Amino acid sequence: MAKVTFKTDICKGCALCVDACPKNIIELSKTELNVKGHHPAVCIDMDACIGCAACATMCPDCVITVER
Amino acid sequence: MAVVFSKPHSLTDKSLHYCPGCTHGIIHRLVAEVIDELEIEGDTIGVASVGCSVMAYDYFNVDFVQAAHGRAPAVATGVKRSDPSKIVFTYQGDGDLAAIGTAETVHAAARRENITIIFINNAIYGMTGGQMAPTTLPGMVTQTSPYGRDVEAVGFPIKICELLSNIEGATYLERVTVNNVANVKKAKRAIKKAFQNQVEGKGFSLIEVVSTCPTNWGLSPQKSLEFIETDMLPAYPLGVYKDITGEEK
Repeated sequence: MAKVTFKTDICKGCALCVDACPKNIIELSKTELNVKGHHPAVCIDMDACIGCAACATMCPDCVITVER
Repeated sequence: MAVVFSKPHSLTDKSLHYCPGCTHGIIHRLVAEVIDELEIEGDTIGVASVGCSVMAYDYFNVDFVQAAHGRAPAVATGVKRSDPSKIVFTYQGDGDLAAIGTAETVHAAARRENITIIFINNAIYGMTGGQMAPTTLPGMVTQTSPYGRDVEAVGFPIKICELLSNIEGATYLERVTVNNVANVKKAKRAIKKAFQNQVEGKGFSLIEVVSTCPTNWGLSPQKSLEFIETDMLPAYPLGVYKDITGEEK
């Protein structure tokens, strides 16, 4: 049981977390735009998350908080 | 559930101005995590350089000095000597440390100043728009080397870790990178050791972080990380270049 939370307003949509995720459950939102005008990263299958924090480790903007 | 990863306390809530995918953000976070773990937030004074990291004072929850271009090691020397109880670090890019600041860097190492230098090497001048830096790879295209860096005309890249490893005063020199999760963890270990050395009064530590500049390299953030692996690391091999912390002095 793990949970990742994205502060979507400071996300710049660089997608480094998308590549870092070993479960491939992060993608850039296709519908949402944040205040910076980027498509922010979102988790599409929270149940599959293992809480490894690889996404947060590669995030340059401290967008991601990981709970486990 | 317990929080296993969140923004370190030593970083402020201000949103970073760096371009999307720029690894400056990762390195800022690593430095802040180390300051948190060593519990030195109230005793740390940073020295910012000129370059993309010029506004680092906005992002770290510690006191900061903004040095003139290249002069951060000299300013750090002054700060450290006037109050040796403080932990003093500089955060400099390659256009700052390896170009206009070469003399300050070399002589701070020669004097074995008890400071920590975080040196970001992305082989280009980022803030001013992607000009050729002393660290630009041979053949690499930049705004001021549109046909690729011609070593016959402008010389070869300066390799700071190799250069400083010949200086007797340097205590700890390591080159790391942040292109994947494993390397980020290694980079954090190196940065932590560099700060720990200063806490223990062991002298001059410099960590060179091979970094990216997606905007001025003209690559996506993902391709930039690949460029580190395929092009940067063969020219700038990772590793410990000098470590005399275990020896008697």
